[in-house]
This record gives sequence, structure tokens and C-alpha cells, in this order.
Amino acid sequence: MKVETIVQALGLEVKCCRGQLGKEVTGGYTGDLLSDVMGNSREGYIWITRQVHQNIVAVASLKEHAGIILINSSQPTDDTLEKARTEQIPIMVSDLPAFEISGKVFNLLTSKT
Amino acid sequence: MLKAFNCDLHIHTCLSPCAELDMHPLVLVQKALDRHLDMIAICDHNASDNVQYVMAAAEDQLSIIPGMEITTLEEVHLLALFDSLPPLLKLQQIIDEHLFGKNDEKRFGVQAIVNELGEVEGINNQLLIGATDLSIDILVDTIHQYGGLAIPAHIDRESFSVLSQLGFIDRDAGFDALEISKRTGIQKGRLQYRELVQYPFLTSSDAHFIGDIGNAFTKILMQETTFSELKMALSNQNGRRILE
Repeated sequence: MKVETIVQALGLEVKCCRGQLGKEVTGGYTGDLLSDVMGNSREGYIWITRQVHQNIVAVASLKEHAGIILINSSQPTDDTLEKARTEQIPIMVSDLPAFEISGKVFNLLTSKT
Repeated sequence: MLKAFNCDLHIHTCLSPCAELDMHPLVLVQKALDRHLDMIAICDHNASDNVQYVMAAAEDQLSIIPGMEITTLEEVHLLALFDSLPPLLKLQQIIDEHLFGKNDEKRFGVQAIVNELGEVEGINNQLLIGATDLSIDILVDTIHQYGGLAIPAHIDRESFSVLSQLGFIDRDAGFDALEISKRTGIQKGRLQYRELVQYPFLTSSDAHFIGDIGNAFTKILMQETTFSELKMALSNQNGRRILE
């Protein structure tokens, strides 16, 4: 499934890197501790978090995530967006809490396979 | 002449909900003197009401650095150290505007404001154990604007540390030093965090209990125990330096 499909299905607001929405999503991970995300997420994952600090881009880039979904309408900082554009990591925003958006993404990913 | 001073730059008082009530200024200063400390920093969680009283209790016997342990938006514990009270109180105003909720003494503990004579001046009712909604980057900039030092606390801990919350330390982060908890210590910390070689490391007791004061401290080569000497030591100037 492509990032674009998730964006459309869940009505996510795309904050940057629209050109990267064709990336393939292989799974997902939800977490706010970047040390945990670095340790436990994998390439191609979509990452769901409340953390908006610019370090999220470096972690997503390092782990080759397909994209980042920010929860509860959290807005990325300017530094974060700038880095995301450089690293070509799409950042999306949802108004849902982590539990709900994770459930919806999980359902999408598992129903298609 | 330069001399090695014993510095414990992260000590709580009874104002922190998680600290014991016996950690009031008079007892705290006495214990620091007993432990042969030359310089201490008072860093309560998101508050600074007791700093002035610790300074009054210390008189000229012990050098007190006014400070605070701020909880950032990312839930990183960040130490802010200053040369005097006014800049700390200016920062406190900002923190007060960005810290929400009321303390629940039964759950989290009492937050007592106690003067240099051991008399209770009042109770701080803010939820000091909570987090501000200020990002670490903004806080570091603000601390520097006010002439202070910004030092992430206990970076080796698995909670509330810059590494647990933010994964790694960006080269542009602007920290003045990094604190390693006493469990790891500076020497082991150097081996564990080789990539952080550019930063000075400090270790401190992070004392919440009287008995813990001075359990860990950093020896710093300075001319005297002042904030400006400490600042020079952290940037390796004029022979001042951290003795690791």
C-alpha cells in the first residue's frame, strides 16, 4: 500500500513532500521515544508520533520510513519541516489520538494483504 | 592560582515533589559542607522558590549556583544554571506560563517552600512533576539569551533524558555540557558515548534525599567557585577545565 492511499483513506493533512506519497508502506510503528523507535521500527514503516522535534526526521530518514503521521493535530516545527523537505520524508497530520489512528492504519494495512 | 573544586551541580530541595521534606535549605547546606563540596547548584523540577533561601543559608561558606531542572515538551530534563537570581526568575516567569495543572500531594508529594531558618514559607501548588509545552530548542535559546548554561540531565537514563526522548544529540543543539548520572559516571560515559567527545561531561548526585548529597560530584579546575569560572571551565578557557 502506498502512503497516498493512507492519506486519502484517513483524510490526513500533508505538510510536506507530496511528491513522496508514492512510497510503499510495509508496516507501522507508534511511539514517542525516539530511542525506542530507532530500535524497533523498520524500513518502509509509517511512524505515528506526538513528537514534533526535528530529530524525528533524522530518525525516519535513518530507518528509511515511508512517512510520519503526527497525532492530535500536532504541528511540526519549521525546523522539522525544513529538514523533512531536505530528507524527502513526507509528514502528515491527523486530528485523531495515537490509539485511534494506529488502529485505522493497522486495519488498512492488514485488510489489503 | 587554579585549584580543583568539588562541584555537585544538580541537587533538589523539598520543593521538588519527589524529594524528601528534610531537604530544606539549612540541612542541605550543612550536608554539602560535611561532604566537602565547594559549589552546588539547586535544580528543582520546573521551580526555583527555594534557591534564594539556600543562598541565604549558605552565606559565604558554600557557593550556590541558581538553577532549575526544566521538563521540556519532549519530556527531556534540562538543567538551566545562572550566575544570579534575576535571570533565573525571568526564566521562571516563562516556565510558569507554560506549565499546567495542579499538584496532588497524595500522589506526587509535598512541594514545600522553606526559608533559611527552616520555616515553611508556603506550598507551591503547580504540577511541578509535569512537562512544559516549550520545546528543548526554544528553552536552550532562552537560557542562553539570559546568560545561562543549558545542560541536559542524566543523558544515560532510560527516561526523561535527551537520548531516550530524542534518540541522539544533534551537532547544532547548543548544549554547554552533558550530565552523566552517577550510575554510569564520566569515565564509563566517555566509552559509552564516544560520539559526544566534543561535549564536556559532568556528573552530579541529582540528590532527592539528604544522604545523597555529594554522592557524585565533578572536580573542576578553576580559580574560584563562581559562575563565570564554571563557564570558562566548560569551554576549556584560560586553563579552567573539567577534571575527568
